[in-house]
Amino acid sequence: MPLLSVENLSLAFGSHVALRGLSFAVEPGETVALVGESGSGKSATALALMRLIERDGGQITAGRIRLRDTDLTAASEAQMRRIRGNRIAMVFQEPMTALNPVMPLGAQVAEVLRLHRGLDGAAAHAAVIEAFARVRIPQPELRYGQFAHELSGGLRQRVMIAMALACQPDLLIADEPTTALDVTTQAGILSLIKTLQADTGMAVLFITHDMGVVAEIADRVVVLRQGEKMEEAPVTRIFRAPQADYTRMLMAATPRLGSGAPAAPRPSDPVLQVENLSVRFALPGAMPFAPGPEFHAVRDVSFSVGRGETLGLVGESGCGKSTLARACLRLIGVDAGQVRLCGDPLTGLSAAQMRPLRRRAQMVFQDPYASLNPRLTVADLITEPALIHGTVTRAGRHDLAEELLEKVGLEAAAMTRFAHQFSGGQRQRLCIARALSVRPALIVADEPVSALDVSVARQITDLLARLQAEDGLSFLFISHDIAVVERVSHRIAVMQAGRIVEIGPTDRVLAAPAHPYTRRLLAAVPVPDPAKRGPMTAMPDLMPPPPAILPRGTRPVREVLMAVGPRHFALASNDPAPLPPRAGAERDPVDRVTHHMAAQPAGAGS
Amino acid sequence: MMLQFLATKTIRAALTMWLVITFVFIVLRISGDPTDILLPDDASDAVRNFYRAKWGLDRPLWDQYLSYWSALLTGDFGISLRNNLPAWDMVMDRAPKTLLLGGTALGFSLAIGLPLGILAAWWRGSSLDRAVMTTAVFGFSMPNFFLGILLILTFSLHLRWLPSSGSETAAHLILPAFTLGTAFAAQLARFTRSAMIDVLTKPYMTTAKSKGASEARRVFAHAVPNASVPIATILGLKVGELIGGAVVTETVFAWPGLGRLLVHAVAVRDLAVVQAILILIAATMVATNLLVDLYYGWADPRVRVGRTKGARA
Repeated sequence: MPLLSVENLSLAFGSHVALRGLSFAVEPGETVALVGESGSGKSATALALMRLIERDGGQITAGRIRLRDTDLTAASEAQMRRIRGNRIAMVFQEPMTALNPVMPLGAQVAEVLRLHRGLDGAAAHAAVIEAFARVRIPQPELRYGQFAHELSGGLRQRVMIAMALACQPDLLIADEPTTALDVTTQAGILSLIKTLQADTGMAVLFITHDMGVVAEIADRVVVLRQGEKMEEAPVTRIFRAPQADYTRMLMAATPRLGSGAPAAPRPSDPVLQVENLSVRFALPGAMPFAPGPEFHAVRDVSFSVGRGETLGLVGESGCGKSTLARACLRLIGVDAGQVRLCGDPLTGLSAAQMRPLRRRAQMVFQDPYASLNPRLTVADLITEPALIHGTVTRAGRHDLAEELLEKVGLEAAAMTRFAHQFSGGQRQRLCIARALSVRPALIVADEPVSALDVSVARQITDLLARLQAEDGLSFLFISHDIAVVERVSHRIAVMQAGRIVEIGPTDRVLAAPAHPYTRRLLAAVPVPDPAKRGPMTAMPDLMPPPPAILPRGTRPVREVLMAVGPRHFALASNDPAPLPPRAGAERDPVDRVTHHMAAQPAGAGS
Repeated sequence: MMLQFLATKTIRAALTMWLVITFVFIVLRISGDPTDILLPDDASDAVRNFYRAKWGLDRPLWDQYLSYWSALLTGDFGISLRNNLPAWDMVMDRAPKTLLLGGTALGFSLAIGLPLGILAAWWRGSSLDRAVMTTAVFGFSMPNFFLGILLILTFSLHLRWLPSSGSETAAHLILPAFTLGTAFAAQLARFTRSAMIDVLTKPYMTTAKSKGASEARRVFAHAVPNASVPIATILGLKVGELIGGAVVTETVFAWPGLGRLLVHAVAVRDLAVVQAILILIAATMVATNLLVDLYYGWADPRVRVGRTKGARA
């Protein structure tokens, strides 16, 4: 008898049908992946299994959900309360918002134990410490009284998992548990879930949009599209012989590391030249009004981007890539170094002197929802920069808008509409059109496809490549996803702790990574091929990066990039060397780098 | 960390007080000559100059400021120019009455506003929610003088249940406290409702449910502590208002409080009394907001780390 069986389940939010007649089963100890893009109904299904969907304004319109012989669709609220957190537990996407910010972490885990096991006081405390230790949280005693904001993303998600597993549920529902995490952290969480599953024999329903993650973790895969099941098969068959067209499309759109970079453009004068750029932020001191230490967000960074070239900038959250991008465009202050745009130096210019140069470089942001003014029509939106720079007259705006829309693959009829009437991918096209309106030489794109579904992301990266081929545009393409970066970039720069640790032609950096951090980053990228599922713990260990927080006025250690191949440079490093043991800190190798980086700023303020 | 938080807040509070005292002093000194009002119109220049010298008004402003400060620091708030009593005594004579009225009104608004706001948020969109919100609009859009007069007409004139003026018995307190508290209760209900709705839609509320927590536990253990932080902000602002801003209510009900004393003192340019009252009100505001800040630090651990949070993003 299956642990969980879903029969002919239909869900609706008001008049909107979220799921139509879905059936699948989860056997004890099995991992089933529910895969789909946004709007597929995968998260609604997860909420329905816990009967949480009613709270979100949805309802189960037909079908049945059975947990062994309990019919969850007919269960009373009191029955459900005994099941939630006890027999079925759930882990959510964003651990920062899924944890109560004002409640100590220990108390949040203890709450589950009190509700379902009747544990209180010392017994609950001991059980929480044990639960923390089980998910390999270092220093569990210290974590008990800490709050969510004091931990790194990976550790927060471990706390969520500890909370979900505290009562040893039969089924764990994990709703995109690694989507908000860095790849190295993701690898750690995935291997943790696998290990715990092997230990406890629980079943896992893993909800994700990422085929790479599916290949790493699932036994069986259910593919959903707009509320309907497209295909269900064992993971190897899904990847080897997908039956449904949609599954094939999803496979094709999934970025794969090593699928090839664009051919190098002809060498030319650099459009953007960055020399020894540094940006630092002042932190509050130990006493009020006392000068505090400084956080070195970007340290002594140099690179250039040629005409018609795309430089991909990869790195994990907090590494300083967005700060670097903003500093290149003088959107934030620069503390040292020089930036040249088309040969003209930008540093040292006044705001007024800077203004005419701004049209040469435009920016595209991650969130196309937040970066478009909802009150302007599309025509006004996308021609606004041109109007500001005086390259178009009011009368000419209509023609320019028409031309730009055609360029980014939207119909001219879109002109009179508003941003909210478009899908995420279309909105990102509008953002690109807006950037193009002043005919820039360079576009800085900060995570431009990270908020989009893979199939849509593919269309956007294809669009960028076409624009580059047509107009000789240069791109600084920032992303945490190396596979996406590979697809668009002629060269790659890898950033860690405010420094570029390696830079070179895409194929060279990926095929022969010289810096240990690059190797580690590459090893953590999930491979969308279940046959290549590897032991994820076998990841190279790293020396921690030099501290990013230094007393005011202290210069960071100067590090020099050394040539390791043609146009390929990397920082010298002493790795691999064992990390010096810390008192009481038994750190999980997988989480070490990200945890270290995230812990520094908070540590300096304490 | 906590010590640094405390020290910063306390220094900030002291700075605020210094600024307030200085501004009050300057504005009052430059806004007119008290002898114009206190002396008869036909008083001779000699008499005027005599009184100016007596009250120290002939000395340069900085000199007056310094001696004012040195007096303040020894607890001397000056002598009322009007009836020669120490200003501080006059203020302290009225303060208990104001505290009684303000405190009762505050307690009343908390007792009504908080539960109604929480219930309205919990049953959002229900008829209870709509009833609470409609009543709230009436509550805070009715001016105090109007509500006060309405209450006097009903309970004093027609029903003859409650006295309409004075402050002698507990029965005297009911109408003014209700008048003063209604508007705030209404604002508090609306504010609590929106703060609670904001919190109830947060992912951690779903997490709490997914853990098997009951609805009551979700509201009181998870939602209320989170919502209490913004609610504390508005409370801090309102307490000061209840102390100093009860002029209209005090006038309608002939309640011998600070508000009426202040209006009177301003009208006759009784500098010492005006200063003493303003300083007292400012001190109340600063103290309440210091308490609110400390409450933040206690209730919301993110506040304690303050600006370091931005640096980690």
